[in-house]
Amino acid sequence: MATASTEIRVTPEIAAEHGLTAEEYARVKQILGREPNITELGIFSVMWSEHCSYKSSKVHLKRLPTRGKLVVQGPGENAGVVDIGDGLVAAFKIESHNHPSYVEPFQGATTGVGGILRDIFTMGARPVAVLDSLRFGPIVAGKGVSEEEAAKNRRILDGVIRGIANYGNCFGVPTVGGEVGFEPCYSQNPLVNALALGIARKEDLFFAKARGTGNPVIYVGAKTGRDGIHGASLLASAEFTEESKQKRPNVQVGDPFMEKLLLEACLEAMQTGAVVAIQDMGAAGLTCSTTEMASRGGTGIEIDLAKVPQRESGMTPYEIMLSESQERMLLVAEKGREREVLDVFKKWGLDAVVVGEVTDGGLLRVKDRGKLAAEIPAHPLAEEGPVYRRPIEQPPLRKETPADWFSFSAAGAGLTANFVKLLGSPAIASKRWITEQYDTSVRTNTLAGPGASDAAVIRIKDPETGIVKRALALSTDGNGRWCLLNPRLGAMHAVAEAARNVAASGARPMAATNCLNFGSPEKPEVMWQFSEVIDGLTVACNELGTPITGGNVSFYNETLGKSIYPTPVIGVLGILEDASRVLKIAFRREGDLIILFDASRSTDRATATLAQEFSSSEYSKTLAGIVAGEPPAVVLAAEKRLQECLVSLAASGAVRSAHDVSDGGIAVALAECCFAASSQHATLQLGAQVNLPEESCPAEYALFGERGARAVVSAAPTSLARVLEIARQCGVAAHQIGQVIRGDAFRIEYKGHAVIETSVAQLNDAWANSLERILKAH
Amino acid sequence: MKFGVVVFPGSNCDHDAFYAIGNILKKPVKFIWHQSQDLANCDALILPGGFAYGDYLRTGAIARFSPVMKSVSKFAKSGGMVLGVCNGFQILLEAGLLPGAMMRNSGLRFICRHVYIRVEQTDTPFTNAATKGQILKMPIAHSDGNYTSDEATLADLEKNRQVIFRYTTPAGTDDAAGNPNGSTANIAGICNRERNVAGLMPHPERAVESALDSADGLVIFRSMVEALVGAAKATA
Repeated sequence: MATASTEIRVTPEIAAEHGLTAEEYARVKQILGREPNITELGIFSVMWSEHCSYKSSKVHLKRLPTRGKLVVQGPGENAGVVDIGDGLVAAFKIESHNHPSYVEPFQGATTGVGGILRDIFTMGARPVAVLDSLRFGPIVAGKGVSEEEAAKNRRILDGVIRGIANYGNCFGVPTVGGEVGFEPCYSQNPLVNALALGIARKEDLFFAKARGTGNPVIYVGAKTGRDGIHGASLLASAEFTEESKQKRPNVQVGDPFMEKLLLEACLEAMQTGAVVAIQDMGAAGLTCSTTEMASRGGTGIEIDLAKVPQRESGMTPYEIMLSESQERMLLVAEKGREREVLDVFKKWGLDAVVVGEVTDGGLLRVKDRGKLAAEIPAHPLAEEGPVYRRPIEQPPLRKETPADWFSFSAAGAGLTANFVKLLGSPAIASKRWITEQYDTSVRTNTLAGPGASDAAVIRIKDPETGIVKRALALSTDGNGRWCLLNPRLGAMHAVAEAARNVAASGARPMAATNCLNFGSPEKPEVMWQFSEVIDGLTVACNELGTPITGGNVSFYNETLGKSIYPTPVIGVLGILEDASRVLKIAFRREGDLIILFDASRSTDRATATLAQEFSSSEYSKTLAGIVAGEPPAVVLAAEKRLQECLVSLAASGAVRSAHDVSDGGIAVALAECCFAASSQHATLQLGAQVNLPEESCPAEYALFGERGARAVVSAAPTSLARVLEIARQCGVAAHQIGQVIRGDAFRIEYKGHAVIETSVAQLNDAWANSLERILKAH
Repeated sequence: MKFGVVVFPGSNCDHDAFYAIGNILKKPVKFIWHQSQDLANCDALILPGGFAYGDYLRTGAIARFSPVMKSVSKFAKSGGMVLGVCNGFQILLEAGLLPGAMMRNSGLRFICRHVYIRVEQTDTPFTNAATKGQILKMPIAHSDGNYTSDEATLADLEKNRQVIFRYTTPAGTDDAAGNPNGSTANIAGICNRERNVAGLMPHPERAVESALDSADGLVIFRSMVEALVGAAKATA
């Protein structure tokens, strides 16, 4: 074939530099029936990178449950889609942008948000919410963390937050939730996982299947530059070393204004009826979009690079095909109607150019000023990449004795002071300083923004009439520490907690998306963690009725050979049939009864067993510096019963607030109900007077233990009988444990003693202002 | 009576303003594209919030050159009612339809939260349905809401009672605690001398239903409706 004459000749060494193994390179030659040229090699290397091909995870991902009666589209498209009634669907997906966010926090985070938003509107859905699940290294020095390291982590956090805010705020989508966690393992490798949710009419959904020989292929959006070349293969598919800073040019640059125009123009163009298929150019840019559209459609695509809008001169075919310049889309229009599509983009001031056409024969053909630059069968390129069944090896069991575990203090001693410390720790403290930098209310659908309810709740306006009936609830969760201690159990907890949060807002969990953050798949113990997590997710998603509809895998989260904790982040989506029935966490009235739901009711256990479990808690880590033992057991049937109970209670209108018991245990949950009340009412002060049920466990366990399947609700005394009846019907044990009181007192009694006795103001000061103090003091 | 919501490239509160007027107030409303000079016979215009032209260069600095702004200017100078919200306020400042300028928030960060503002004047078409001293709760969402002007302009604003909204605390006090962005004299919103053009940083269109935590913003739109009804009666 004719190729550009100035080209570098491909050798096995060059193939290796592109990250292809000898076997993979042999497979390339076999598919082509010849040696690839440099452009083709580049194309194969990105398409077969871990990031794009899922070559190490594929065999495991197959085990995940992906079907359900509400699932319209499972994994394999740009986003998962579920039916939300009345002819509407919700598209949602979570994706990681970890490595770019470490190299360049601001741009890494912006382009992470930009990428996931494009995945949503590519489907024809208008984005209505974003959530971000973030993990950073410690931001406070001490306990083996140097001031230098803490300062670096604060800088990364600041850049990431500004990046997320910059993109979402300008684009005009509310950033309504997510979580922020801190562990030493994320110092060299922060996690930035962004989830986006969009809404469309079912019949208006778009898919990325190139169909119809002769149909024009149209490039729209930003011009192509040299930024982000090999972002997917070099940044996302390899671990970090000392030289990683040199990879800064591999990070893409985001322009939310351009993306906003692209959103409006794409949705308008789709309305013309002249668009056949559409795909965004994310990882691996033009390469991935052309290949995948052709492969999914069972067709070929031919494009001419000379027609591609370019920001820089003298770009080679290699550079144009591999560029990851942001805010670009590729679409296929109906032949003869391209003018209608081009006119819409012109109206929005965007570049839109016919760069090629759909062909039969299944070839991806790339021309450059008449010369053939690449010619590859699209389907094998997209679908017949390498698949690895990587070695799995369970690491030796941790040998722990009770001496390694948390040792409970004598009842009552200094627990109030410890409680204040726990509330002020970055993991538990209010994230208001962060979330106030996000526009949380644009689009006027936010029924519960960050911290208001256990899940973010977004009402659904009918796209035409604006009439509101239902709402959607979303929560992301994932406890890396628990997954380190027991990956399978930790993964089950992630699903259980996300689903519980959704149910605590009153919504019924319906589907999930996952972002799986792990170390190098080339390490057998990392693959063991991965496989265990997949098994845990499978069991939990099956049991709780939340099939996985999409997501992504992020491997190679390690620096200088040290892996992060295995961190699956699960986003669960739920539906609230009556948008006016949202449950929030804030206590609302003086005199309301506080009721604890406990679906898993632990039977009496030996103190050593409790200590082993408690050693995995936030309290143990924060107060004693101990991370050991085992996460609490998960009783999925109990979780399911509790969720049913919460959904029924919300629908009945019998409760005034609900909050699940999770990080920091029941003490933190109760305090948060009081804090939310004081932020809600400018003048009204509410406190709590609680007496915890007698159990044969130490006070610290009773207050701060993190056993699942529990929630605290408040209800008017006149509703008590109804609440207890609903709990009984659902098979959930319910105890009246106290009362909401007027004023500032916060008091918890256990076994006849006041174990926590303080004021809401004192607790709130520690909790509400901690992050701001840490981040502003430097 | 017909409202027009101007759509600049990058406007993102256009749908919210449209929804507040069309679905909540149930009044006729139309979008007006920034390249059009035809205001479609609208009786009142809203310049919505967002990031017109990406806020590149300076907030509102490019949007003021949009073709529609010629018509908006003419409409305003002939007495037409124009309300700028957030980015819309910034555009009105850049266009010279309102005096003063915006600086970065004093904390140098984007802030989104509910604030309290006090209605200072009720003899404007934007506040006639409110009571003087009434405190309204509504969200802000901006990076550049720190209003400033030279002293002569400020004195003029006060003298002519053009400061129509001031940031305050829930209790109505004028201390720094109520001022989210460092704005001069706690200014949250102003009108022109003729009182037919106004701008404010908080978002009344996001505070029109109790499900969204506040319906206090309604009073501004109701005022506009009443003013239009009054004007129609006067000419009838």
